[in-house]
Formats: sequence, structure tokens, C-alpha cells
Amino acid sequence: MNPAGLRADDFWIITTAVLCALSCALLGVPLVLRRMSLLGDAISHAMLPGIATAFLLLNSRALGPMLAGAVVVGLLTAVLTAALSRWGKVPEDAAMGVVFTSLFALGVILISMAASQVDLDPGCVLYGLIEFVPLDRTELLGIELPRATAGLMGVLAGNVLLLLLFYKELKIVCFDPYLATTMGISAAAVHYGLMATVAATSVAAFESVGAILVVAMLIAPAATAHLLTDRFSRMFLIAAGSGVLSAVAGYFLALNWNTSVAGMISVAAGVQFALAVLLAPRHGFVSRRMHQFLLALRITREDILGMLYRWKESAPSRGLGRAQVLAALGRGALPRVALETLRRARLIERRSDDTLELSPAGVAQARGLVQAHRLWESYLAKHLGLPLDHLHEPAERMEHYVGERLRGQLQSEIEQRSDPHGRDIPAD
Amino acid sequence: MDDFLRLILLRDANTRVVLLGATLLGACSGAVGTFAVLRRRALLGDALAHASLPGLCMAYFVVGDRSFVAFLIGAMIFGLLGVACVSFVNAQTRIKEDAAIGIVLSSFFGLGIVLSRIIQNQPAGNRAGLDTYIFGKAAAMVRQDVMLIITVSAVVLLLLTALFKEFRLLCFDRAFAASLGWPATLLDGLLMALICLITVVGLPAVGVVLMAALLIIPAAAARFWTEDLLRMVLIAAGLGGVAGLAGTSISAMMSRLPAGAPIVLAASAAFILSMLFAPRRGVVADLLRRRRLRLRVSRQNVLRALFEIQERSGSTAPAAFGDLLAMRSWSAAELERSLERAERDGLIVGTLDRWGLTPHGQDEAARVVRAHRLWELFLVEQADIAPDHVDRDADQIEHVLPPELIARLEQQLAAAGRLPKVVPRSPHPIREVMP
Repeated sequence: MNPAGLRADDFWIITTAVLCALSCALLGVPLVLRRMSLLGDAISHAMLPGIATAFLLLNSRALGPMLAGAVVVGLLTAVLTAALSRWGKVPEDAAMGVVFTSLFALGVILISMAASQVDLDPGCVLYGLIEFVPLDRTELLGIELPRATAGLMGVLAGNVLLLLLFYKELKIVCFDPYLATTMGISAAAVHYGLMATVAATSVAAFESVGAILVVAMLIAPAATAHLLTDRFSRMFLIAAGSGVLSAVAGYFLALNWNTSVAGMISVAAGVQFALAVLLAPRHGFVSRRMHQFLLALRITREDILGMLYRWKESAPSRGLGRAQVLAALGRGALPRVALETLRRARLIERRSDDTLELSPAGVAQARGLVQAHRLWESYLAKHLGLPLDHLHEPAERMEHYVGERLRGQLQSEIEQRSDPHGRDIPAD
Repeated sequence: MDDFLRLILLRDANTRVVLLGATLLGACSGAVGTFAVLRRRALLGDALAHASLPGLCMAYFVVGDRSFVAFLIGAMIFGLLGVACVSFVNAQTRIKEDAAIGIVLSSFFGLGIVLSRIIQNQPAGNRAGLDTYIFGKAAAMVRQDVMLIITVSAVVLLLLTALFKEFRLLCFDRAFAASLGWPATLLDGLLMALICLITVVGLPAVGVVLMAALLIIPAAAARFWTEDLLRMVLIAAGLGGVAGLAGTSISAMMSRLPAGAPIVLAASAAFILSMLFAPRRGVVADLLRRRRLRLRVSRQNVLRALFEIQERSGSTAPAAFGDLLAMRSWSAAELERSLERAERDGLIVGTLDRWGLTPHGQDEAARVVRAHRLWELFLVEQADIAPDHVDRDADQIEHVLPPELIARLEQQLAAAGRLPKVVPRSPHPIREVMP
């Protein structure tokens, strides 16, 4: 069926996708923080035999029995995984792999056998049939709406309610399960409660987006949010926003290319996560690399300034060659970049015989650095009693981090005018 | 029935080919899976299998036909890309491996679904047969496919054999391997490539969704049977092979079933049987061992209680039930059951609610009490434990004390001139009988 032909139903499809994304994304936050993402994955696979059994026993697609069946099997997955790794001494990841793949295989077989009675095939178990959601309608409070949409509304309301009721408990368990236990909050109860909720949500969502794409909705928005914020409450909001964005963007992209809506939604969620991995302001790859680069550049620049200052101190007549500076700083582009930025900032000057010299502004900055270095050496010698040959290295590292205030404190602490090696400590 | 006979007698050339392929595949993934499970890469295999789906579609776009080799290359590229994404996210961001696996698995799979739907919308799209790769269709394998499986299996097994020692150390102590100067990262990468190779080859038979199971389940089952890596690899290969054979046969008989599910369920059945009935690590063996220990402990407690009552009173007259009950903190029902069992074993005799030791029971009780007090003495003398802390510890340990240790304790204590004659005296006062 061509989804473009269902234009009148666009609204319901988008609503369903958004509801699904919201209920999953909210649950994803504790899953990601508690490092239980894969249990969510396992449960969304393993609930299949529960749903299939409910189908086979009752021969209907009523949401109630399906929810019950899936919650039972979902909890069973969590319990079996724990039991296998504790009593069977199977590694935990392998135990999870054994349990959910076996249950999923069982579910596939049950559904294949029931396929003649119920309109379900193993394929749509995986990627859902959100395009057909508007065809199966029901009535709620006098409004006619798709059955799946009504189910997801209920699940979302339930999730939000549970979240508001247990927000504090969830927060403590997420960040410090041991503290939670000492405070009388059962981490195990929260764990299994979460698992049951994940199972119920997966069931409601699975008809629309399928078992594997539920995983994308559960984990990706929450992980994206985790990269963008450090606050628990904000993480829920960002995860919800990211989920909704995936749903809407996924729908229109799929419409555009005439392809699977559910697949496109999970791709959209994955792309958002990839963007967050690369570009997140504090935890993103680019900003962290940038931060590291800028720090390395600053340290190299300061090392060059300090080197020139000390050279001038010991041999005022001769200049220090550019090649010598670069050789002392090691290979790579960083020293050249540092030199160039120093020259542009007019902190150093290059003379005609290719030697380098500090400008007046450069001298002032370098003096501060060397002062910090020698003050720190004096402090270490005075208060930690380090031997002379152990003073330089820590001071070499510390000089880049001694700010105005610390320098003032050190100055009032150290009365001598020279450092332990006998060199003058420059004054302001 | 006719179908069944044809299958059993391997009458079709095609059936023979398919069964051979599935068996080899199961065996090979069992062997590789052993290392995957021990190296904690089990679920990364799952991500890899799911991530290969878009690769299949891309291969179709590029080659434009159903070419098995092109499919494999595409799947391999995307599978490794997925694994690379997981390790990049894990190493470079605060998102941990589990979430990274989940995201890569689902969004790559989503991309695969998107691409395969686009292919199906093309006029010739249905010939791509991509659907069979999701759940697997072993019956669709042809001689050429099986030849490829044989080649890949040979390569994989050859590498496993050649690098067995290296992989063994990598799995058990990667840091030690690295400290020996071995290229641990390279070996890790090679192992991942082997996992990827076997996963990709298995896709047409088992499918994207369940391929990881074939890596994990036989290996996890084999772990119950042995502590030895080589044996574990062989057992996992055997179980995997049987699962492949049995599952493919079942799916051949019931045409509606996708092949992946019965193969995985056959492996799960092997896993459950292993978990329950494996001789040493199995659940049943473990329960039996615990029960035996509990019975021995309760019997020895009864004997010691009777012996100590007799010792205190200085006579071998039978002891009253109430006196026995006061000897330790056990319930009346518990004591009664223990007494009954000891009587059945001919260690004690009971008359009118009074219990006495038989000659055999007397010997046994003397042995138990001797071991108990030897250990107590050992702890007090050698381990500097306060006498009032000893009783409880000795109580627990005497039931597992092996005869060799008792002999050594005796020797040590004898050398110090402290070995008591028959039954050593207790270093602490024995609990008085409450009125």
C-alpha cells in the first residue's frame, strides 16, 4: 500500500508514532542511566511468545491479554537472565543472549503456526505496520480513533503517571543504588517495575513499530539526551523532544522516499544520536577534541614564552634560533601553529637572523609564567620538603594552571626572592 | 510421511547439500562463539548481525542482482562498520557499550528495512529475496552457497587452530597477553573479523535476527560440560552442528517455518539439557550436591550432640530428646528428622524418646568430634582466633574437612606435643543443658 494514498490518515499515523516515541523515550532515560539498555532490547524481543500465546489462546488482538502475556514474559526474561548468570554461572551478556533469542525463536514459531488464524506474519513483528494503523478503528469517549493510537495513549498516560509518582525513587536508584537501598528504597523493586513497564510499552508500541525498532525508540533518544545534558529532569525533556522529532521526521522522510515509516523513524533517531556524539557541546567528540587541542596549544605557547624568557635571562646577548625552539618542542604541527599564533598576537618577534625574541607584551606574560613556576618550586621545597631534582617537573606541569589569585597567595607565602635553584623569582 | 522419509534417507541431492551446509555452519559458529562468549563479545555479535542488513541492500544496489558473494561482502562491510561505531561510541563518549550496541543494532536494522522496502518497490525488487535474510531460509541454499560455507568454515577453523594459544590467552587475560608483547589489539580485531565472517555466512540460513543465537547458545551450553577450553570448543562445535542439522530438518518438513527459529530452538533445547544435566556444573548435580552436604551436616550434628552429652555425664546411657534439643539452636522438627535419618543409617537407636549411639555410631561420632576439635585447636593455635569465636567456624568447616587435612593437622599438633589421645578435649566449655 502506498502511504501517500492515506493522506487523510496522516494525522493518526503521526500521532501514533509520536505517542510511541514519547512513551519509549521517557522509559529509556532510566534504562540508559542504569546501564540496562540491552535488557530493554531483550525484553522487546522476548515478549513475542507472550503475545503469540495470548493470540492463540483467545484468538483476538485485544490489548489487555496481550499486555498481560507480554508483561509476564518480559519479567520472565529479566528473572531468567539473572538466574542463568547466578546459578548457571553463565556470563551475564551471554545469559541475556541465550534467553531472548530462544524466546524470540519460540515466538516466531508460534506466530508462524498461528498465521492461518491471525493476520500476523513474522516480518511485521520486526518492523511493524504503522502504515495500516488507521484502518483498525475503535471508539474512545465518543471519538473514533485507531485502536493502536488509543492503546498507546493509555500506555503513555500510565508511564507519565508512574514517572511522576516514583520520580524521586527512580532518581536515587539511577545514580546510587546502594544509597537507595540504605534509604529503604528497594532497587530490585524499581528494577523489576521498570522491566514490567518496558514490557507493557513494548507491546503497545510493537504493533506500530515492531520489536527491533522499539529498541531504537527506547535507547537512542535517551542516549542522545545523556550526551546533551547532565541534569536528570532535563534529560527526560530532551529525550522526549528527540523522540518526537524522530517520529515526525521519520514519517515525512519515509513518505518522500516511499519506504518503511518505522525503519525511517529509527534511522532518524540513530542520526540524531550520531550528531550528538559528534557535536554535543560538552560531551561531543568534536568539542572534546577541540578542547584538548586548545589546551595543548595554550600549553605549547606558554612553553615557548617561558623558554624565550629563560634564554634571555641566561644569555642576554644571543638570540634563540627558531629551529632550536622547534627542535626542543618535538615534532608535529602544534609547535609551528603555536609559534605562528604567538607572532600574530605580537608576543614574539622574529629577527632577521631567524632568531626569536619576546616583545614587551610577551615579556610581561612570560614573566608571570616563570614567576608561577619558581613560586611553585619554592612552595614544594618549603612545605613538602622535596629534593632539588624533584622540583622542576611538577612545577613545569603546574605553571599552566596557576591563576592570579593562587599566585598572590604563593607570593605572600614565600619570602625569599629566589627559587630553590638560586634563580630570581620575577616580581610583578 | 513421505516428506519425512525423503528427508531421512537424504534422497534429494539438494536436501543433502542444505543439511551439510547447516551442520557445518552450526559447528563453525559454535567454535567461534566459544571465544566470543569468553571474550564477552556475545551481544556485539548480535549488533553485528543486525547491522549487516543494510549491507545486503547496498550490495543489491551496486551489483543489481542476487549475488551471494556480493551480499556477503556488503554484509561484512556494514557489520564491521557497526562494530566500529559501537567501539567508537564506547571509547570516545560517556555512552556505555550496552546503549551503543542497542542504538547501532536498531538504527542499522532500521536503515536495512528502509532500503529493502525501496528495493521491493522497484519493478524487479522481489527477485532480490532480501526477506529470506531476515529470518533465514536454509532450503533456499544451493550448491554454490554451501561451497562458500565450506570454504569460509575451513578458513575460520584453520585460523582458530593456528592461533588457538593466542586466542586462549586473549580470552582469559588480555592484559597478560599484552604484557607478553603480543599484539592484543590485533588479535582482538582478528577475533572480531572471524565472528563477522561466520555471522555473515550464516545469514542466508539463520537470518539476521537470530544469527547471534547460533554464536552464543552452543558456547554457553558447552561451558556446562567442561573446564577445558579445547574441549569446550569441540563440544560447542558438536552442539552447534547438531542444532543446525536438527533445525534445518524440522524446517524442511514444515515449509511455513523460517529456518532460523527451529535451529535456534534446537540449540536452546541443547542448552537447557546441558544446564540441567551436565555432570559437574549442571543444576541437578548442584542440587544433589547441596542436598548431600545438608544431610551430612545434620547427621554429624546429631552425632556430636549425643557424644557431648555422653561425655559430660560420663555414661553411655541414652540421652533425652529435650537434652538433645538444648544442645544447639535447632527446631524440634528438624532434630526429629535428623534423628530418624541417623536411626535408619544404623548410627543411633531410640527407645521411649531417649536416644543412644550404636557401636558404629560411637565410632563415627568419635571421628566427627575429633575432627571438629582438631580444627578448633588449629584455629586457636595457628590462626589466633579467640576461643569463643571458634565453635561456630569449626562447626561449619568440619563437614567439608578432607581426611588429608585432618592428618596434617594431627601431625602439626603432634609435633607441638598437643595431639590429644582419642578425642581432643574441647578448648571451650560445652553448653550446659538447660533445665
